[in-house]
Amino acid sequence: MGFLKKLFRIFRSRATIQPLPAGSLSVDRDGQIVTSTVSSAYPPALLQEIGRDVLVLFREARAAQMPLAEISLHFGSLRITARELRGGAIVFLFPQSALSPTPT
Amino acid sequence: MDTPYKILVLDDDADWLDLSREMLSKFPSQPDVRTASSAKRALAMLESEPFRLLICDLKMPRMDGLQVLAIVRRRFPELRTVVLSGLEDEEFRSRAYALGVDLFWLKIDMQRNIKMFAECLESLLGAATDGGFRGIQSKGLMDIIQMECLSRSSTVLRITRGPLVAKIWLQDGELIDAEADGARGAAAFQRILAWKSGTFENLPAEPNRQRTITKSVNALLLESAQAMDENANPSLEPQSIEDAGHRKTIWKLALLTREGAEFVIAVPAEGAGEPETLGVQSAEQLAVWTRRAAAIARTLGEKIEAGPLSHVAAHNLEKQVMVLPHGDKSFLVGWSPNTPANSLLGKSRKLVASWDS
Repeated sequence: MGFLKKLFRIFRSRATIQPLPAGSLSVDRDGQIVTSTVSSAYPPALLQEIGRDVLVLFREARAAQMPLAEISLHFGSLRITARELRGGAIVFLFPQSALSPTPT
Repeated sequence: MDTPYKILVLDDDADWLDLSREMLSKFPSQPDVRTASSAKRALAMLESEPFRLLICDLKMPRMDGLQVLAIVRRRFPELRTVVLSGLEDEEFRSRAYALGVDLFWLKIDMQRNIKMFAECLESLLGAATDGGFRGIQSKGLMDIIQMECLSRSSTVLRITRGPLVAKIWLQDGELIDAEADGARGAAAFQRILAWKSGTFENLPAEPNRQRTITKSVNALLLESAQAMDENANPSLEPQSIEDAGHRKTIWKLALLTREGAEFVIAVPAEGAGEPETLGVQSAEQLAVWTRRAAAIARTLGEKIEAGPLSHVAAHNLEKQVMVLPHGDKSFLVGWSPNTPANSLLGKSRKLVASWDS
C-alpha cells in the first residue's frame, strides 16, 4: 500500500492538463480577490494574476488619457471580460471552444 | 444513359441533410445523393462504394470535418471534396484549403447564391472526368494569373487574404474585371497583386460580366511588378521618396475613412522603430499602452494556458478600441461608440490586413 501511495503522489506531481477557469471574480484596487465563483480547484495564484493584470491594463489606460470601462481579452480558448469597479474590477471568465466561440 | 455521379453529404444536422439531398438531386447532372450523419458512417460508405464528391461540414461531434478531410485526402485521393460550413472564420478556410479541399463555401452564402453553388459543384463533378493533376500549390498570384491567361481560361479567381476577399474575372484568357476592397477595375487588380499571401479558388466563369479593364494583362502585371520593385527598393531621390510616402498616407487615410474607424496606431516591437499613427494626435502614450496591453495579454495567456491571443477589445463612453497583434506589430484601432460591437473585429482585421499591402 505504501508503495502505491508513493506512486500516485509521483503521478500527481507530474504535469497535468490545466482546466480553464470559468466563472467570475471581483478584485479590489490592490488586486486582492474579494469574491469568486471560479472552482476552488483552479490555482488561486493564477486567478490573482488575472485580477492584477486587468487592473494594470485599466490603470495604464487611464495614465494614457484613455480611461476604460470594460476590457475583453480574447484568447483561443478563453475570453476574459473585466469591468472597472471603483479602482477594482469584476472579471468574467468564459472558456471558448475552437469551433463555437461566444460572440464578442 | 450514363451512371449519375454519386455525392456523399456529411453533416450532423439531420434537417440539413434532408435539405441538401432535396437540393442537390435537382442539379442538372441529377447526381445520386447519399447522406451520413457521422464521420464514422461516412468513411464506411466511402470504403464500400465509389463516390465522386464529398460535401463535408466542419463542426461535428467526436470527429470534426478537418479530421475527416485529412483521412479522406490520404485514403481517397481521387475524391473531390467540398467544405460547407456555418463557421465564418478565415482560419478554417485556410486550414481546409491547406488540406487540399476543392471548395470552401459558407452555408449562408450557399443559401443566398444557390445558382453559383450549383455551377461550382457541376464544374467540379465534370472536371473529374477530364483527368489532369491536382495538388496543393504555393505560387505567386502573378504566376497563377499568367497560367490562366496562357491556357485561355474563362474563370473567376476568388482570392482570400484573411478577412479580405477579392475577385478577378478572366474570359478566354483575357482579364476583364477585378474587384477588391471597394475598388474595381485596374486599380483593384493592382491592389490584389500587392497582397503578399492568401488562398485562391476557381469559380465558374461569368461571360456576361461587364468589362472594365481594357489594358492587356501583361501590361498590368508589368506595371505592378515595377510598382512593387519601387516599393521594395525606393529611389534615392528625395522628391520620389516624398511622393511615395505621400501616396501611401493618402491611401491609408482612404482606408480608414472607408472602414469608418476614427484612428489607427501601428506599434512595432520594442526598439524596432517609431509607431505609425493616423487620425490621432499625441499618440505616444496610446502606443505605449498598446504595446503593454499586447505584452501583458500574451504573457497572461501563456501562464493560464488559454491559447494564442486573438485580440483585446475595450471601450468607454466616448470610444471603442481594439488591440490586434499582427506579425511583429500591434495595432490599436479606435471606433466611435456608435459602431456596432459585433462588426468591430471583422472591420478591424480588414483594416489591419490591408495596412501593409
